Amino acid sequence: MSTLVAVILFAGVLLYAVFGGADFGAGFWDLTAGGAERGRLPRALVDRSIGPVWEANHVWLIFCLVVLWSAFPLAFAAIMTTLYIPLGLAALGIVLRGSGFAFRKASVGTQAQRLAGAAFAASSVVTPFFLGTVAGGLASGRVPDGGGGDGLTSWLNPTGVLGGLLAVVTCAYLASVFLIAEARARRVTELEDWFRRRAFASAGAAGVLAVAGIFVLHADSRHLFDQLLGPGLPLVLISAATGVASLAVSQRAAPRVLRMLAVGAVGAIVAGWGVSQYPYLLGTHVKIGQAAAPDPTLWTVVIVFLVAGVVCVPSLVLLYVLQQRGQLETI
Amino acid sequence: MVTAVIVSLLASAPSQLLPAREQMAFTLGFHILLVPFGVAFTFLMMLTNWRGIRHDDADALLLARRWSKVAAVLFAVGAVSGTVLSFEMGLLWPVLMDRFGAAYGTPFVVEGIFFFLEAIFIAIYIYGWNRLRPWPHLWTGLPVVLSGIGGTAAVVAANGWMNLPGGMRVEFGRVVDVNPFAVFFNRAFWYEAVHMLLAAYMVAGFIVASVYAGALLRGRRDRYHRIGFVLPFVVAAIVAPIQIVVGDVVAREVHLKEPAKFATIEMLQQTGTHVPETVGGVLINGEVRGGLRIPSGASLLAGYSRDTEIKGLDAIPAGVRPGAHLVNIVHLSFDVMVLCGFALLGLSIWFAVGWWRRRDIPASRWFLRAAAASGVVAAIALETGWVVTEVGRQPWTVTGLLLTREAVTTEGNMWLFFAGTIVIYVAVGIASILVLRTMRRRWQAGEEDMDVPYGPGQPLEAAVPEIIP
Repeated sequence: MSTLVAVILFAGVLLYAVFGGADFGAGFWDLTAGGAERGRLPRALVDRSIGPVWEANHVWLIFCLVVLWSAFPLAFAAIMTTLYIPLGLAALGIVLRGSGFAFRKASVGTQAQRLAGAAFAASSVVTPFFLGTVAGGLASGRVPDGGGGDGLTSWLNPTGVLGGLLAVVTCAYLASVFLIAEARARRVTELEDWFRRRAFASAGAAGVLAVAGIFVLHADSRHLFDQLLGPGLPLVLISAATGVASLAVSQRAAPRVLRMLAVGAVGAIVAGWGVSQYPYLLGTHVKIGQAAAPDPTLWTVVIVFLVAGVVCVPSLVLLYVLQQRGQLETI
Repeated sequence: MVTAVIVSLLASAPSQLLPAREQMAFTLGFHILLVPFGVAFTFLMMLTNWRGIRHDDADALLLARRWSKVAAVLFAVGAVSGTVLSFEMGLLWPVLMDRFGAAYGTPFVVEGIFFFLEAIFIAIYIYGWNRLRPWPHLWTGLPVVLSGIGGTAAVVAANGWMNLPGGMRVEFGRVVDVNPFAVFFNRAFWYEAVHMLLAAYMVAGFIVASVYAGALLRGRRDRYHRIGFVLPFVVAAIVAPIQIVVGDVVAREVHLKEPAKFATIEMLQQTGTHVPETVGGVLINGEVRGGLRIPSGASLLAGYSRDTEIKGLDAIPAGVRPGAHLVNIVHLSFDVMVLCGFALLGLSIWFAVGWWRRRDIPASRWFLRAAAASGVVAAIALETGWVVTEVGRQPWTVTGLLLTREAVTTEGNMWLFFAGTIVIYVAVGIASILVLRTMRRRWQAGEEDMDVPYGPGQPLEAAVPEIIP
């Protein structure tokens, strides 16, 4: 039972990493798109592609939080009292990101747009970094079960920093592939090439980080290292394979295929983390069952998840379909 | 007095308590102002849209379209400021979540669904203006309105549970025998949820109406501005008297179920009958100073009889009895809330009489001036009402089970976090107002196509014509 809820929780983490991650990554390219004139076209594409969907994608984060605190209250409190610095900064980053994005679209004049845009774009990079350090701190077992772990070294450590950097780079990679697809759907060839160059660069950076990560994890968190190369190995290989494939076919493949490959690359590595962690919720000291709430609470989570599957997923699909159709009409 | 409050809090409490409470109050106080826009403003938008289609009314359609753009901006800010509250549950109150998350957390899980639906359909509605046919487009707004109601119910259920916890038992410090249904529909649920939902409709209606009252005052008396005023005002004016009745019921429920809070609201020292209703006044050194006393008023209101007994502060065990500063805050907030409610009721009656006699907005410029202030008045009522329910529960976070000073985190420097939060929220608050003013200026200048967070906007090529051959 508690394992089922843990899977549901992790499904939320995975969906947030993929959909929320792509929105954060779009902010990365927004930040690095250059001056107002040079960056106008890529920024316009970023605006249009994440505008209608980022809010819905963001709900996965709320989903993770509420499931964590209801189903695994002990773990929630332990994480929050240990990793409070990156989590607090991520929360403030989320405020800046969302409101900056909304304000930029609604404001006029280069100066106002630049200010709001800078807030949006900069926090789009900072926020996933901190969330990545949280993942690193969690994965390397630095959250004690009673909470109150070291406020700094719990995330400011080799695995935490690796997690932060990987989060930023994979978000950027994911977004660049999504944006290639968006540009192709709109038949804007310049942008397609612009984002393809960036997809290669960010995928390369992710590859380098992954290789460096092997050494970092070997030295810093041996358990995670062993698990990733043990039960997690197939997923790691899938991630690498789909990542390479997405670049290889980026010239020809249909937008939908491209998106799926990128989702596969990022989703598989996140799932790999989940598999490596099983059956522990925190490090190697708290098992999923030990931290779980009473059964009625777990049932509530399962039922709500099923209802969400019946009600929210078709709605989400409707949103995505309408968005895709809308894009085609704007040409 | 503020210094006295701070000193007394510092002396008796962990050092994190004051900044954590201030931060929670500040961020919640900010977020609660945006709630009516997600919950009720979307209804006004749909109503106007419906009128526009039904009566082929171009002015109403234009209003609905513009309001949806305002809703888009405010919904984005509301969504992210709501996210911060979720983080704060753990960052500020980890002990609350650790001990009670299994029960207290479940209404929030339900809320997740409503938030999801709201986020999805508000995007479809705003995005769909040019894409969908009018009637289907209108109906995509319905899930937004319904999930606004559901979301309010879920969040208020959690708050009601803090006031009157139920649906579980505590054994050796852990929650057992959780009944999520009883947690959600706790003994405070119905009266709190209905009261808050009506409040959201009043706040949204009066705030929107007050914007157009300002325009009418400045001489923009065309049809467009009149509809912009009348529709939201009528909705709020219909809700206002209902809210007074509901508020009266709520007060009696609080009298019966939350006697400590009621004693605080009434600023009542000694348990007794023939309790006067004290309007205004403050408690200083165990003595009520100032204020207007209505003989037996409180007893009559609480139980329709002078002989109704009302529990005083003396009935609360000394260790958990709220100090005079808390009593004063709650008592005065309650009075301000009620005063605002009756002022808005009076304004609604004024409008009703004018409409009944002349089928028109009351001609007096004083009416429009009052209407232009009604938004602020409604917002004050919302904030003070929230202060009554939250501060009125102190020193408890979960009544009878968890003290606020036990719930607070012991980690980190909360003052620093609070300072960062203030800086960012003030910036976001100011920017929201500036952005809305910019939108208004552009609309007045007749510019229609402006990008909003979810809006379809211009084709990419139109945004950058010089780059596309």
